[in-house]
Amino acid sequence: MKDPLVVLSGVVKRFGTFTAVHRLDLEIAQGEFIAIMGPSGCGKTTTLRMIAGLETPSEGEVRISGQVMNDVPVHERDTPLVWQSLALFPFLNARENVEFGLRMRGVDTVERRRRAMEWLERLDIGAFAERSVDTLSGGQRQRVALARSLVTEPRILLLDEPLSALDAHLVIRMQGVLTRLQRELGITFVHVTHSQSEALAMADRIVIMSEGRVVQIGRPREIYRTPGNRFVAEFVGRNNILSGISRGDAIETALGTFPAAGLPAPGRPATLVIAADLVEISQAPRDGAIPCSLISEEFVGATVTLFLEAADGTELKVQVPERALGELNQHAGSRYHLSWPADAGHVLTET
Amino acid sequence: MSGRIATGLLLGWLLLVFVFIFAPIVASVIFSFNSDRFPTIPLGSFTTHWYDTIFADAEIGEAARNSIIVSLSTSVIATTLGFATAYTDYRYRFRFKGPYLALILLPPTIPLIIMALAMLAWLSWIGASGQLWSIIIAHSVLTAPFAMAILRLRLHQIDPDLEAAAWNLGSSEWRALRSVILPFCRPAIISAACLTAAISFDEFAVAWFVSGLNKTVPVIILEIVQGNIDPQVNAIGSLVFLTSMTLVVLAQLFFIARVGRA
Repeated sequence: MKDPLVVLSGVVKRFGTFTAVHRLDLEIAQGEFIAIMGPSGCGKTTTLRMIAGLETPSEGEVRISGQVMNDVPVHERDTPLVWQSLALFPFLNARENVEFGLRMRGVDTVERRRRAMEWLERLDIGAFAERSVDTLSGGQRQRVALARSLVTEPRILLLDEPLSALDAHLVIRMQGVLTRLQRELGITFVHVTHSQSEALAMADRIVIMSEGRVVQIGRPREIYRTPGNRFVAEFVGRNNILSGISRGDAIETALGTFPAAGLPAPGRPATLVIAADLVEISQAPRDGAIPCSLISEEFVGATVTLFLEAADGTELKVQVPERALGELNQHAGSRYHLSWPADAGHVLTET
Repeated sequence: MSGRIATGLLLGWLLLVFVFIFAPIVASVIFSFNSDRFPTIPLGSFTTHWYDTIFADAEIGEAARNSIIVSLSTSVIATTLGFATAYTDYRYRFRFKGPYLALILLPPTIPLIIMALAMLAWLSWIGASGQLWSIIIAHSVLTAPFAMAILRLRLHQIDPDLEAAAWNLGSSEWRALRSVILPFCRPAIISAACLTAAISFDEFAVAWFVSGLNKTVPVIILEIVQGNIDPQVNAIGSLVFLTSMTLVVLAQLFFIARVGRA
């Protein structure tokens, strides 16, 4: 990486006997939008709080712009955070909330007001400047929180699941606002989330964490199409995961032997991952296709996920466009045949 | 139908309870405007004579001045102490926090007369009895727990991220306390200040023991009553009641309107 803004090296965080983060190494570039994703308790928020200085690493170093930050107190860091609870000051109106950081830096009243208004206008909530934050809607409060964090023109913005409390349609809109802002400002965004749609939609790179460790770092497409291990394959997207034994240029599983690339030496264990949207489904039997019966379906709008069971009890998932469903005439117990192109399978060498 | 009767009966009962509580005070107020020297019925004519005499009386004026100084000082000191302890409880975790809180909340549970005796013994031992500020010290000890209870309740309502958000936006811990915690607690602080002032303004036993020659209003009322029957006490009593009630109502307004809601 050419120009890392934030460097975490060998960072460990322990709370009593519990280790929240194990020897974390992570470089975040200047101007990068990075998402840290993982199930709750994976250490993602603790990592974010260590960047902000709200937690001190038990071991290792946090550097920002080359400077070791371990002993720099929170208020001297300039690492504004958009809180999950938003943490707006209830006794101040929207404009005064935005002005807060400037007030703490000793910016004079006129300048403070001008800059706060500029940000409120920029986020389309100029009309609500004098309103009490209690009277604003969820989306408006979100924008106040964003303006409050960005008004001091920081080099980095930390986001701790700020979209998790919003209605689905607002989430999409705020995602748009966030990516647009990040591009315009060219500053680093570190966004902690448990939502893969948020991470995939916005981030340049995604860091997947599990039980205090980084399990994969990559671009959204890489994470989605080529998960590095079983955890990521299960956590991201909808994948069919088949364990088996390498036969050199094919993998032998309980459902049959499938050709695949990137397999370990013959006789070694391997796992085949096939994304549900790459699986082909048909009613007519085909050569090499796996016969299955339908168990249930999950309708989410444009796509439908079908859950099927093979003869040996293995559960398989298929994602199809909703408009393709008409031809399938599906009902529970219907028989289908599943197959996938040889290049659709992704091989994991660890078990 | 029976529901309506039950409601009516309950309302009647509530009215009786209020009459029972407030009748003596109302009587005192009525007799303070009565021209007769003795509190008897039928009443004499309406007069403000007793108010005129207490305002003219230098000793009562002195007592009123003392009471105001004591209750204002007590209010400031007790509210400050109460805030400090409540904030300690909110912000820090430490061993023996339970006993610490229990100890702080103890003074109001001690019988006043015991408290008064102990205060007198202690203050004379360190050579600080008989002064106006002796009463202030004693009253601060007595009322700080009330301030602490009110402020603690308010601090329990704060978003735990709020103070950290202030640090994150560039305020030092001290500055965050001033610019976030104090404004958040303001209604509770005003409420605590009013309540502690009201308690101090009314308090007799402790004040009588430690005041020496610096009499407060409740102390002077007792002196007047001991000497003879004087309708002046009704006038003083009415004024004390008015002052205390105003403070308590103010405390309630701030407490219910702001603290109770959010």
